Amino acid sequence: MRDVAIIGVKNTNFGEMWERSLRDIFVEAGVGALKDAGVAGENIGAMYVGNMSSGQFVDQEHVGALIADYSGLARNLHVPATRVEAACASGGLALRQGIMAVASGYEDIVVAAGVEKMTDISSSSASTALAAAADREWEGIMGATFPGLYAMIAKMHMDKYGTTSEQLAEVAIKNHFNGSMNPIAQYKNKISVEAVLRSIMVADPLHIFDCSPISDGASALVLAPADIAHKYTDTPIYIKATAQASDTIALHDRRDITTLDATVFAAKNAYKMAKLTPADIDLVEVHDCFTIAEICAIEDLGFAKKGQGGKVTQEGETAIGGRIPVNTSGGLKACGHPVGATGIKQAVEITQQLRGEAGKRQVDGAEIGMTHNVGGSGATAVIHILSRNR
Amino acid sequence: MSVSRFWRKQVNRYNLIGTHCSECDEYYYPPRNMCPTCRRDGKLEPYKFDGDGEIVTFTIIHTAAEGFEHQTPYVLAIVKLDKGPSLTSQIVADPAKMKIGMRVKPVFRKLGEGSDRGMIYYGTKFIPA
Ligand SMILES: CC(C)(COP(=O)(O)OP(=O)(O)OC[C@H]1O[C@@H](n2cnc3c(N)ncnc32)[C@H](O)[C@@H]1OP(=O)(O)O)[C@@H](O)C(=O)NCCC(=O)NCCS
Ligand SMILES: [Zn+2]
Repeated sequence: MRDVAIIGVKNTNFGEMWERSLRDIFVEAGVGALKDAGVAGENIGAMYVGNMSSGQFVDQEHVGALIADYSGLARNLHVPATRVEAACASGGLALRQGIMAVASGYEDIVVAAGVEKMTDISSSSASTALAAAADREWEGIMGATFPGLYAMIAKMHMDKYGTTSEQLAEVAIKNHFNGSMNPIAQYKNKISVEAVLRSIMVADPLHIFDCSPISDGASALVLAPADIAHKYTDTPIYIKATAQASDTIALHDRRDITTLDATVFAAKNAYKMAKLTPADIDLVEVHDCFTIAEICAIEDLGFAKKGQGGKVTQEGETAIGGRIPVNTSGGLKACGHPVGATGIKQAVEITQQLRGEAGKRQVDGAEIGMTHNVGGSGATAVIHILSRNR
Repeated sequence: MSVSRFWRKQVNRYNLIGTHCSECDEYYYPPRNMCPTCRRDGKLEPYKFDGDGEIVTFTIIHTAAEGFEHQTPYVLAIVKLDKGPSLTSQIVADPAKMKIGMRVKPVFRKLGEGSDRGMIYYGTKFIPA
């Protein structure tokens, strides 16, 4: 198998963009990534596009071909484009598919991208669409919502480990603070513990400020065999590991409600593949669709002992400048969560950090970063480890 | 939500009928056609649970799913049946009195209304035992 590198990246702004369509935002991301890489359309072997639910959000399927067409890659170049879906982990899976295509030798230059346009429908319809990532027949039918499922994880984490609402709030506060330094973030306002605890209760104990928002956005990156990456860029970022795991679709069937076994399993494989341990990772983008999700993630990835995620967050260990900076982009919470784009956005953020191009949110001397993208309440997890050094 | 698609398992929802694997002696609810432990070697038969169990975790939903707006706030929980499996259901109880570990028993109730043609559908909820 060949080593693979990221040679170009681009995020659109994240947020509500009522004046722009799915194809508009995708083309901006795709063209931006190709420009960053200095690659022409003629060079592209294939595209993989993460997209959870354009059928429900904008009544459009067959998004791979649509996007190839509007990116100018279909009519003359006939570039194969494949849509990849695993709910909110769709982007992470698209990246993994792209890496495997290049590593195997089937393709040389590959675009891995993600896009979601969620704000064309009402937010209650969007919530219903998102609930399809859980078990509709045995969870959704009982009145479960996504915030509701993560609220049940939070409730049990609090009961078992003494995690507090204030500790959950600290995740949101940190991610809004990081988001305030990210030009593409949906929310750039700083918030306080009081503001989080005072905000509307969505599903007890999760307030609206514990939740990621409904967002539009697209992200894209360009992959190349590591051997030729220097032809395109002075700072290729190398893929050290790609790992993916599955677990039960319904939360009620999990071994332990407060542990995402898919994350634990994928992380184990990722560390093994990269020959690294959690102590080697300089920064990580985790799937904080809700504040409790970030707490579980840092525990399940090995950055905190089980049950200590809230405590280490409160103590500032996950802030920029702390022991292990988490979600420098602002995470899903503040940067926004256009579900299909999120997994790619995470890799774009880590790439910018490892290149030293993250501006005010730069983690000094970052060499190795990780991305962690989750589908549903934990039925899919996909993890990548990226490095400045091959 | 178009609940009408899920009529096939209505009987299981009404009567809490799941599955027992006589090969590994595990109980499953919701019902399964393949034992996750024994896979092809499993011997599955329908099993009717009495529904006694306890609260594993719960939440009080304030922002409802579509079709549940008129029920807020409502209690959603994971209930572990005494035979082993866990399921997601609503608890008909005072939200302020909810506790992890609380004993519950099943009741037959209206679950909700489908957004399509206002169809009403029924199933099992739980109440404090
Ligand atoms: C939490 C949630 C229900 C709020 O939706 P809503 O009640 O319809 O909120 P609205 O769109 O009416 O927004 C009301 C206000 O709150 C703000 N807001 C909405 N969601 C927010 C969030 N997550 N964080 C901070 N502010 C938020 C809006 O910007 C708006 O502010 P404004 O009045 O100044 O414009 C919705 O964001 C949600 O479902 N999030 C979870 C998404 C999800 O499940 N993703 C998949 C996870 S795997
Ligand atoms: Zn069995």
